[in-house]
Amino acid sequence: MSEPDVRADLSRPIEELHPNERLKFDSRYLRGTIEQGLADPVTGAISDADTQLTKFFGIYQQDDRDLREERRRAKLEPRYQFMVRVRMPGGLCRTAQWLALDALARDTADGSLRLTTRQTFQFHGVRKRDLKRHVKAIVATGLDTLGACGDVNRNVIGAANPLRSPAHAAAGDLARSIGAQLLPATGAYREIFLGEEPRPDAGDEEPLYGRSYLPRKFKIAIAVPPDNDVDVFAHDLGFVAILDGGRVIGYDVTVGGGMGMTHSAPATFPRTADVAGFCVAGDAPAVAEHTLRIQRDYGDRKDRSHARFKYTIEDRGIDWFRRELAQRLGRPLEPARGFRFDSSGDPAGWHRGADDLWHCTLFVENGRVRDLPGRALMSGLREIARLHTGPFALTTNQNVIIAGVTAEARPAVQTLLRAHGLDDDARLTGVRRSSMACVALPTCALAMAESERYLPSLLDKIDVLLIAAGLASERISLRMSGCPNGCSRPYLAQIALVGKAPGRYNLYLGASASGERLGALHLDNAGEREILEALGPLFTRFALERHALESFGDFVIRAGVVPAMLRASDFQRIGGPRKIPTST
Amino acid sequence: MNSQARAMLAPEPVHGSAWDLAPMPPELAGELREVLAKLDQNQRWWVAGLLAAGTATSAVATSAGAAVTVLFGSHTGNSERLARRIAESLGARGVRHQLIDMLECRKTHLQESRTLLIVVSTHGDGEPPERAAPLLELLHSRKAPRLDHLQYAVLALGDSSYEKFCEAGRQFDARLEALGATRVHHRVDCDVDFEPDAQRWIDGIVERLDAPPVDAPAHAAPRATGRGADSAATAGPTSVANAYTRKNPFRAPVLANLRLTAAGSSKDVRHVELSIEGTNLHYEPGDALGIVARNRPADVDALLDTLRFDPQAPVPAGANGTMALREALAERHDIGPVQPAFLRRYAQAIRSAPLEARIHGDAPSLARYARERALRDLVAEYGTVDLGPQEFVALLPPLAPRLYSIASSQRAAPDEIHLTVAVVEYAALGRARRGLVSGLLADATGEDASLPVYLHRNPGFRLPANAAAPIVMIGPGTGVAPFRAFVAERDALGAKGRNWLFFGDRSFETDFLYQAEWIDWRKRGTLSRVDVAFSRDRAEKTYVQHRLAARGAELWRWLEEGAYIYVCGDAEYMAPDVHRTLLEIVARHGDRSLERAGEYLLDLQRVRRYQRDVY
Ligand code: SRM
Ligand SMILES: Cc1cc2nc3c(=O)[nH]c(=O)nc-3n(C[C@H](O)[C@H](O)[C@H](O)COP(=O)(O)OP(=O)(O)OC[C@H]3O[C@@H](n4cnc5c(N)ncnc54)[C@H](O)[C@@H]3O)c2cc1C
Ligand SMILES: Cc1cc2nc3c(=O)[nH]c(=O)nc-3n(C[C@H](O)[C@H](O)[C@H](O)COP(=O)(O)O)c2cc1C
Ligand code: SF4
Repeated sequence: MSEPDVRADLSRPIEELHPNERLKFDSRYLRGTIEQGLADPVTGAISDADTQLTKFFGIYQQDDRDLREERRRAKLEPRYQFMVRVRMPGGLCRTAQWLALDALARDTADGSLRLTTRQTFQFHGVRKRDLKRHVKAIVATGLDTLGACGDVNRNVIGAANPLRSPAHAAAGDLARSIGAQLLPATGAYREIFLGEEPRPDAGDEEPLYGRSYLPRKFKIAIAVPPDNDVDVFAHDLGFVAILDGGRVIGYDVTVGGGMGMTHSAPATFPRTADVAGFCVAGDAPAVAEHTLRIQRDYGDRKDRSHARFKYTIEDRGIDWFRRELAQRLGRPLEPARGFRFDSSGDPAGWHRGADDLWHCTLFVENGRVRDLPGRALMSGLREIARLHTGPFALTTNQNVIIAGVTAEARPAVQTLLRAHGLDDDARLTGVRRSSMACVALPTCALAMAESERYLPSLLDKIDVLLIAAGLASERISLRMSGCPNGCSRPYLAQIALVGKAPGRYNLYLGASASGERLGALHLDNAGEREILEALGPLFTRFALERHALESFGDFVIRAGVVPAMLRASDFQRIGGPRKIPTST
Repeated sequence: MNSQARAMLAPEPVHGSAWDLAPMPPELAGELREVLAKLDQNQRWWVAGLLAAGTATSAVATSAGAAVTVLFGSHTGNSERLARRIAESLGARGVRHQLIDMLECRKTHLQESRTLLIVVSTHGDGEPPERAAPLLELLHSRKAPRLDHLQYAVLALGDSSYEKFCEAGRQFDARLEALGATRVHHRVDCDVDFEPDAQRWIDGIVERLDAPPVDAPAHAAPRATGRGADSAATAGPTSVANAYTRKNPFRAPVLANLRLTAAGSSKDVRHVELSIEGTNLHYEPGDALGIVARNRPADVDALLDTLRFDPQAPVPAGANGTMALREALAERHDIGPVQPAFLRRYAQAIRSAPLEARIHGDAPSLARYARERALRDLVAEYGTVDLGPQEFVALLPPLAPRLYSIASSQRAAPDEIHLTVAVVEYAALGRARRGLVSGLLADATGEDASLPVYLHRNPGFRLPANAAAPIVMIGPGTGVAPFRAFVAERDALGAKGRNWLFFGDRSFETDFLYQAEWIDWRKRGTLSRVDVAFSRDRAEKTYVQHRLAARGAELWRWLEEGAYIYVCGDAEYMAPDVHRTLLEIVARHGDRSLERAGEYLLDLQRVRRYQRDVY
């Protein structure tokens, strides 16, 4: 394992890099002035610089955007609050942990739990004065929030429900071991949030990351075919399990995927990952670490909108990556073995796993766990958690699976589901069950339009169109994001709505059903009416003209509604019509 | 002599270096320090009094044993102004005298004087002005000297719209008499338009004291002399700034009316901006604004409905004759929540046994009983028996204007006056109640809303003249209003002095009045420190006094460095709690007994480094 010592891109003086680079470099391994900021009772905020640092600890400063104007007029500062993201590689959660987090949500957060597209929990609305207490309570459950955000490796996601099959179990194990291996090592987290004493011999606290950490976030996903629930092509690094007799012998490795882009900046684009080759199962952790090091050394530290690994791969090519990795690994990847996906959704309702245990997928609309009239999701899951002996498995589609239910225990779980109005998922349209929305307003600072709060009512109207077209149970994925960052991975949904301004969305169509192909722009800056007017006739045509088993995404391409998106760099250049001409 | 000079002469400076001689040229400051160091405490007081009295009186002031001592107890400056005028008149006639602020008055002053002339106002709910309280306490205490050798007269200032009209003056009068002193002139209780009555009293007393030999018997026959031209001049109207009065208010257009408390707050606190464009009004940070109101027509109607009187019945209306009952109830009398004193008068007038019984019950429950009832509730419950409209109206307290601390600096916002108003809203006897004037302010939201206002000077609450002196501001709730003016003023002036704010309220998120501005001023460096206490955010309640205690050591350091302390807001609980905490801080960190700490704070008060405006 030979490796050039280029921990930070020192080919350019730090002054010429993005200001965040200096900030990280000077932060004393992420300490900054967080401690002082937390202690200042005059403001609910911390300093701007520190908000960049707490991200590395899974903590985002936000404010309630609904209240901004009212509070500004009242001469009050914005209603500052914190989003806290749990690190939970593989998405497996013991019921005791669930109960603790549920209580915590009602104690020091906004009363809800948010299941994310990366298979973990977010708390919203945590106040500064409660922050340490909140984080401590999470750590007390055996989970933590370290590295859940920030320029480091993020929560490693794996095919949902490790109890489903040995291959799923292996994916879960790998997610956890890579997660642990790539954790930032700084003592700052434990000192600031857990009140631990600094280690006296600290010195170089980050042997892997260095003082400047990564140029940008880094995301890893592990898939078990034929399900692509993790959207393996959407991540910086992916492992696709290659099975032999149900056992994982190794992984095909994918690199350079990502979703985020900026509207009207065609040099930014979502990108599906390239397949780089195959590695045996035991090599996967080393492949992960070296790939991360490659991005650490070669990622763009000047332009953060060009700093994700997908641009490094796009600019240098997959062959360069193979060579670079081979050099660091001491041997090249083997040729890819090949795999086939047939869906990117979660299994529906009750299903049986490999060892005769039952699992039940509960649809969580947009990942928000709270009680609604007629659907007491939060209370229901709390009751089930008290009775259930197995774990809960979070999915990357914002749902939760009650995993490992014995045949004998199933009726009791079913009774609780019914009692809380949670047993009628089957009555929802296939589109709704395959839908996701990112958080967006009022907490997300980057949101340009509503998402989580709006999608349910839009789906009510879309449901009418689907039912009219006879497509009520057709599983067409639909995802909404409040901005082009694409946190709900919309560009891989057959119907995608990406916010541009309040009430205005870009409509993308033509992504494949199993996550290999991006969609293409169909409507630019459209309001609800235009969206419905566009979808209605397409649903009718699809119902009448589709080939057997043809997905909606494939159909719109065959029908010439949108072009097939074959190259990521074309994403903001083809399709249309565009209302605002983009410059190149 | 201004507060700066007074501060300089602090009788018991913490350190020699604490004499704030910044405005002096260095050589002069050095000489002055030397002289000051040689003086004992009494001598220092004497110098302070000498300078405080100003040049006109100092010419004839003597040391101990002046024949006539003019003592004033003033909060907003009226009594002080009158006392000064007395001193000038005496001076003009060659009468030996000294002019002393009550806070600076020692037992020895009383023992050595032959004649004592007192001018004192009443504040709060019948209390003496803060600077007069220690002297009155002394007179009430066992330490009070016998005063058989003394002759005296009292001029009392007050406002007859308060229940305890001229209470402080009455008490001085009664105590001096009880201690053996001889009244040489009857006490006059002056109402808000005090000028004519006060001048008559002054003329009377000065004539009586005019030029008798110093040792002449106190009851020497007065000599009739004409009034000097100079004293006539001083009796004239005070200044242009006071052209608007409660009787002749200015209708100030409302420029803005914003809610400061966020949704979810238990309170409605407003930021109200008024225009004074074109008025020539000049105010200083610390001043207050008076707002004149009429009773709400609905309240008047409801009261008339319960009374069996003819609304047109003529009733007395002061010097101007009579007016119709309806009109009198609308503009002359307080018909809102009743006070215990009114209950007493009322019970007597209607000879109601049940009401009498209640009055003789325990005080707190009587106060509660009174608070919950507006006049109409009382009338509905007990009727008016055989009272006629005239007698009924004669029982009623007059309708008083309400005061609001000005929350703006004229330097930062010329032509504007900002107020911070807590809207009084509560339910009693199953009915929603709303404060008369705060309610009026809350409703003044329309495009062309305006309010009748006048300026209420508050010279007892002023920034240090020395812009480099540090200040500590303690103002929870709406008590923070004048501090917004203080900080804005110091910011606009680029004043060098450090500023430390203590604020408190119920909830950080909804009730942090002017939070964004404090944060801004802190960023700019104008505010050096901000400490906050929110009582309802945590299980254990924290109030400003707890924050003060937690910062005791540092606060003490500031005091040693010459800091001024200001307290504004609630008089019932906050101000006494804060005072107690300050005592403890001085005792603990200044390493002295509580009693000595009390003297220390009293000294600060004397030199106006500890000022309070509480209500
Ligand atoms: C909660 C979550 C969406 C959800 O509804 O579940 C989410 C929410 C946010 N994302 Fe995301 N992202 C989430 C998954 C994603 C994904 C999907 C994925 O990882 O599988 C993506 C696309 C994949 C990718 O990274 O390319 C994604 C791409 C982004 C980006 C764009 C990154 C880029 O390269 O352009 C940003 C903005 C940024 O980083 O500058 C972002 C930033 C954000 C922030 C933190 C906004 C911010 O930076 O201020 C959002 C917080 C909103 C809130 O109020 O909670 N989020 N974000 C997901 C949390 C995942 C987790 O548990 O870690
Ligand atoms: C020097 C000074 C400065 C002041 N500065 C300010 C300032 O900056 N901001 C400010 O808001 N106020 C200030 N005040 C107070 C202000 O002058 C008024 O007293 C206040 O606004 C109430 O007047 P109102 O006419 O609205 O209420 P009123 O109609 O006079 O009613 C008030 C009465 O209602 C009764 N009451 C009130 N609350 C309750 C309750 N919860 N339960 C039962 N009875 C109750 C009490 O009897 C109380 O006296 C100041 C007062 C003074 C003396
Ligand atoms: C807050 C406040 C409370 C007052 N309370 C009383 C009172 O209880 N009784 C009274 O007779 N006058 C009261 N007054 C009226 C003052 O005594 C009167 O304004 C007087 O002229 C003030 O004189 P000074 O400036 O010397 O303090 C009060 C005035 C204020 C501002
Ligand atoms: S997609 Fe945009 S709006 Fe939605 S959560 Fe992500 S950053 Fe926020």
